[in-house]
Amino acid sequence: MRLFYITLKYLAVTLWSVFVIAPFLWAISTSFKDFQSVTGGATYIPWVDFEPTLDGWQSLFKSPARGGVDIVEPFLNSVFVTAAGSLVSIILGTLAAYALSRYTFKAGPMRNGDITFFFISQRIMPPVVLAIPFFIMLGKLGLLDTLLGLVLVYVVLLMPIAVWIMVDFFNKVPQEIDETALIDGCNPFQAFYKVVLPNSIPGIIVAGMFCMIFGWTDFFFAFILTFTEVQLLPVAIVALNSSITPWWSLSAAALVSVAPLVVVAFIVERYLSKGNLSGALK
Amino acid sequence: MSLIASNLSLKPEEQYHLDDICFEMSQGQIYTIIGRTLSGKTTLLKTIAGLIAPDSGGLVLDGNDFGSIPVWKREVAMVYQQFINYPHLTVYENVAFPLKQRGTQKAEIHNRVMNALSQVGLEGFQSRKIQALSGGQQQRVALARSLVKEAKILLLDEPLVNLDYKLREQLREEFKSIFNTKASADSILIYSSTDPVEAMQLGGQILVMDEGRILQQASAKEVYENPNSTKVSQITNDPAMNLFEGMVGEGKIILSPEIQFDSPKHFKGLPEGTYTFGLRAVAITLGEIGFPFAIELSEISGSETFLHLKHNEINLVGLLDSVQSFSIGEKVTVKFDISHLYAFSTDGSLKSSPYGGLM
Repeated sequence: MRLFYITLKYLAVTLWSVFVIAPFLWAISTSFKDFQSVTGGATYIPWVDFEPTLDGWQSLFKSPARGGVDIVEPFLNSVFVTAAGSLVSIILGTLAAYALSRYTFKAGPMRNGDITFFFISQRIMPPVVLAIPFFIMLGKLGLLDTLLGLVLVYVVLLMPIAVWIMVDFFNKVPQEIDETALIDGCNPFQAFYKVVLPNSIPGIIVAGMFCMIFGWTDFFFAFILTFTEVQLLPVAIVALNSSITPWWSLSAAALVSVAPLVVVAFIVERYLSKGNLSGALK
Repeated sequence: MSLIASNLSLKPEEQYHLDDICFEMSQGQIYTIIGRTLSGKTTLLKTIAGLIAPDSGGLVLDGNDFGSIPVWKREVAMVYQQFINYPHLTVYENVAFPLKQRGTQKAEIHNRVMNALSQVGLEGFQSRKIQALSGGQQQRVALARSLVKEAKILLLDEPLVNLDYKLREQLREEFKSIFNTKASADSILIYSSTDPVEAMQLGGQILVMDEGRILQQASAKEVYENPNSTKVSQITNDPAMNLFEGMVGEGKIILSPEIQFDSPKHFKGLPEGTYTFGLRAVAITLGEIGFPFAIELSEISGSETFLHLKHNEINLVGLLDSVQSFSIGEKVTVKFDISHLYAFSTDGSLKSSPYGGLM
């Protein structure tokens, strides 16, 4: 019976791995193909089924005028918008979460829990509900089709995630730690940044990761709120899907768009597994 | 140096957390606040530390208003019952933290940290991370951090409660010797506990708290010998003092038709009437001549046996100084050492004690 369960477990893991890895392998394979290899029927193994070429990858750095797709600028735009949006969200979200975790707020019938829910309720609404107000507001501010406009929108979208994660994290850090810091001579802000913050790095990393994932993969707002001046990577990739789709370039661009998140995940995972971030509050 | 609390009260909701607390504490003394869970001990310590602001009343240290000083500027140190340290810092950095906050010179920090670590028996541990220490060691770090400040007021909130029995016994002895030296001489030391044995062992002055009020403040000996109420007798004894209703009349004490005995000498002059009598477990044992009780439960604790006894409506806990087994419902003859009998009025105040006679 035990053998049966072990077999079942490994079978499930294998199936899931294939399900997750297959699209990547397919994209990697396609990124090294040329027009003939893509349109001439299914081909799988390089040098056997098709002759690999770097055309797809080289096209990412060429301008459209030279037959390329040039995703360098959209890539850098995405890096800037995601990094800035995540950073501001984490800073503001962490401060807000600390206040919600440690101090009691009363506003009419609203209490701390209601305020926290108010933050996260921003994410419950379908994005399309927010799109028109964002469009109008950015239009009035003259920030449509600008990086700053997108950063502001992403802060609004990402901060609830940061608040939600960090409130939960701070609630698990004993209040006595802050109190001890106060008794040891810290004023409330020093207690926060000298003691609470260094012990909250795991929470900040998790919140930061979620913010980066949501920010980096957003297509909807990047598509609605930009036109010609600014283009983010998801929009640039989707724009490749035209009447004659360069699948090799599209695959290479898709892999480039996934790469930063994979790198971040590996770094964070290794960092967390070292135990350096463990709160270790016995 | 003295710390005076006058009419400290705190009532955040329906119930008082602190109810008209008044005391005067002096430098060089150990004050043990004893009370059950939620009696207000921690609230009182946090109020002294400045972490909680009372609704009314004040604190005066050396003639100066202490209550208006923000917590980070107060000359207090505190050890919590949880092992609260800074997990991101090493043992050395933890102990040095309050001194760095004060801007103390590096060389002096080093001397004082090493001295504090030596006081708590943690020499050689300075570069360890807090997570690498056992619970007892973590609590020693917390104690070292509180000692290194050389604060005027040292607050210890049930510092041993989360340790295992053996370690608790060991640390209690060590704490006592630390407190009896420098720390205690230079500061006012306030220790809270739920454990009567701990409170008695530490000696000094005892403040008995219940429902936010101080019920009695006296020396450990006085509280043990003359608990001023049934509540105090319950809080300061483990197991709690046995209490039972009875009558005093014609030189006899009548608990039930079957349980009657002559009044002890120290009851002489006690007016006839109904009283609540108190007798510690140690004064209730088995004998050949005595009163009929049934065993409800027997518990072996180390080399002793606690007996839970019942006679009609009278429930008592007795103590045998040997290990014995009993079956539930077994009939036994119980002997009272009435020379240790207390009499309380029906409203709970002490009327006669074996040590102080009539009150």
